[in-house]
Amino acid sequence: MSFPNKFIIGGALMVIAIIALIVAAVSQGSQYFLTVEELQARQAEMTGREVRISGAVVGDTIVYDPETLQLTFTIAHVPGDSAEIERLGGLGLVLHNAVNDPTLPRLKVVYTGERPDLMRNEAQAIMTGKLGEDGVFHAEELLLKCPSRYDEAVPDQSASQ
Amino acid sequence: MIANIGYGGLLVAFAVALYGIAAAIYGAVKKNERVAESARLAMQLTFPLVSVAVVALLVLLVSGRYEYAYVYNVTSSAMPLYLKITALWGGQDGSLLFWSWLLSAFTTAVTLRKWDRDREFLPWVVVVALVTLVFFLTLSLFVDNPFERFFISADGGEVLAMFQPAGTFAVLPPDGRGLNPLLRHPGMIIHPPMLYLGFVSFVIPFAFAIAALVTGRSDDRWIRITRRWSLTAWLFLSLGLLLGSRWAYDVLGWGGYWGWDPVELAAFMPWLSGTAFLHSVMIQEKRGLFKRWNMILIILTYLLVIFGTFLTRSGVVNSVHSFARSALGPLFFAFIALSALTAFALLVWRWEKLHAEGNMTSLLSRESFFLFNNLLFMGLLVICFSGVVYPIVAELVTGNKVTVGPRYYELATPPLFLGLLLLMGIAPLSAWGRSTVKTLGKAIWKPLAASLLVLAGVILLGVRSVMALTGLWLAAAVGFITLYDYGRAVLARARRSGESLPLAFWRLAGRNRRRYGGYIIHLGVVIMAIGIIGIESFQVETQRAISRGETLSLGAYSVRFDDVKSFDTNDNRNVVRAEMTVIKNGREVGQIYPRRDFFYDSQQPMTIPGMYSTLEEDVYVILADWQPLTADRATFKFYLNPLINWLWTGGLVFILGMLVAAWPAQEDEPAGEVKP
Repeated sequence: MSFPNKFIIGGALMVIAIIALIVAAVSQGSQYFLTVEELQARQAEMTGREVRISGAVVGDTIVYDPETLQLTFTIAHVPGDSAEIERLGGLGLVLHNAVNDPTLPRLKVVYTGERPDLMRNEAQAIMTGKLGEDGVFHAEELLLKCPSRYDEAVPDQSASQ
Repeated sequence: MIANIGYGGLLVAFAVALYGIAAAIYGAVKKNERVAESARLAMQLTFPLVSVAVVALLVLLVSGRYEYAYVYNVTSSAMPLYLKITALWGGQDGSLLFWSWLLSAFTTAVTLRKWDRDREFLPWVVVVALVTLVFFLTLSLFVDNPFERFFISADGGEVLAMFQPAGTFAVLPPDGRGLNPLLRHPGMIIHPPMLYLGFVSFVIPFAFAIAALVTGRSDDRWIRITRRWSLTAWLFLSLGLLLGSRWAYDVLGWGGYWGWDPVELAAFMPWLSGTAFLHSVMIQEKRGLFKRWNMILIILTYLLVIFGTFLTRSGVVNSVHSFARSALGPLFFAFIALSALTAFALLVWRWEKLHAEGNMTSLLSRESFFLFNNLLFMGLLVICFSGVVYPIVAELVTGNKVTVGPRYYELATPPLFLGLLLLMGIAPLSAWGRSTVKTLGKAIWKPLAASLLVLAGVILLGVRSVMALTGLWLAAAVGFITLYDYGRAVLARARRSGESLPLAFWRLAGRNRRRYGGYIIHLGVVIMAIGIIGIESFQVETQRAISRGETLSLGAYSVRFDDVKSFDTNDNRNVVRAEMTVIKNGREVGQIYPRRDFFYDSQQPMTIPGMYSTLEEDVYVILADWQPLTADRATFKFYLNPLINWLWTGGLVFILGMLVAAWPAQEDEPAGEVKP
């Protein structure tokens, strides 16, 4: 089958338009996905930019004011690489250790909105937002995962008695 | 014992499938009918064998045998029976087994058909189906075995195994952990099997396509045989996507229905290529064009189906949905790569044979509109695929972890969706071969004029967003054009035959199911589009803490906080339930009950919105926070979701149209239709 030129031109125009759209959307819609350590190491470069960040929620630091809907908490550094997490014994253990290790970098987070259901100690917080001049992370989107709960797991040995 | 029978069934099925592959290839190459026939019987035998495993797992789930890791992880004794049964696909191991089971059932159904005229396809269809089955059985047998039990070794380490390893003792947990409460929703119970039914059904047209390539048949026979399978696949996939959206809207409590999550995209991508395929095959059937392109589309769809199963099941991407993580990745990648290589190598081999039987001439012809439709669907696919793999590629290339959020998709996709909407209006009215601006204009000028009135009305209502105006105007235009064309045909038929209008409407749809089923589907899409434009462009929200008796206002609505109660239920939940009165323009119109459930066994809370639903908008209220000590005050988040019900209504119309199009009809496969 041969295509007349008008089809080739029309098709090419569409393909170019779609590629242009993707490039434009990627440049506006993409965010760096960083760990707490990386964010603090590249603070100057990253301040004010929309980034995604993940860390372990430190339970004692969660403060929620239902009147203003302001939620503040601190996250502790966890590695960003999933292979690294596996090597360290799985996400559940990594989160647990991160919260209990005061030597790891920590980051204060402010979020305005309802308090998410899974907001608790040793949850993994995955957030989109901006690092402010004050070094506090202002989260616009907050997602929480509690891996220990629904991962494949072996029951407590006490349960077998 | 039961587990061993189940695992044994899988092992035998695995061996039978391997035999079937060998026999089918041998029978086809040596032209030995008897061996090919035994391959078909082997194919059919896999179904009862995999069924044995499924029944065994169901027995374990229902009888609460928590020493089995899978049973422990997805059920608990507090769960009702139907949830224990549906827990079959509630976790990774079970859902992979479920996949195998559906595949063996469908391919068995295919081999039961009469094969007289298509004998040469049979062995190759069996090969493709069985190779796919062997892959999934391998996963169930050796990687994600649902029949493994807990053991503890002497040094306290935990072991998962089929049979008791030496020096260990068995663990017998008194109760399981139960299905994730988020998944205990009717939509979520039907959603995964619907997606899987869709995924698996697409294997059938792919198998016939490969059979056509191997045997070198260049006609459209493979398309005609599998037309209903493609439609069924598409029906289930669409249903799965719709149910998933509804689940997100009802349960996840963020006021939305679609989040461009990688796992949503996993199901959306095969839907896109499948939709392109459904349209594009019509050009091959009518005009003998696009033969290679259709092959590419069905191969792509198959690969995306496997990729989609992988995305949902491997947790390779960060997602709210990935309740499952595992080491399946490399196996899936190997299988996808091998399938792609084999399929495209076959296509290249037959490339010259699949030449078109005609030429494209007019830009305004039906085939030209179909071509642009395909380009747009492929464009959407490329956008989605880029979004999913961009983080992986970017990390490999730059070392930076980069992701794209919903904003990327919200920027990139709307122009393409609008383009598709436009084509949907014009294409069905255009003629094969060529149309002129004049004939097309004649067919659409009246409904087009009517749509301008709608546009004027929407502007008068105060809408100023260019995207929303374009979308609503296009939706109105396409809806009117489709209705106008359908209406004219019904009137003409009624006048000619003397039938009543409803009867003429019904008979007309029955005469040409594909065309009029397609029209109904298009109308469904238009209605859905209106809903999507409504919620995307005009959703508003507010949130505040209020005291008992106070109200929260938004638009024409306000909600009054009447009461809140906290109580325990007998299925181990604590429920905090607010009672609110919905007031519209000062008049009380209804009651809503936003609530928070706390599941004691899993220590997990869940937020369920209170909804007051009308055709114009949904009042959607979330109980965001409540302090037990000061029961007089609670925090609510209040969304007003305009036109969201159009999305669900359109979805129903869409499904009705698909049923019309896919319903068995005699004219579907007239005898002796084979093209030379």
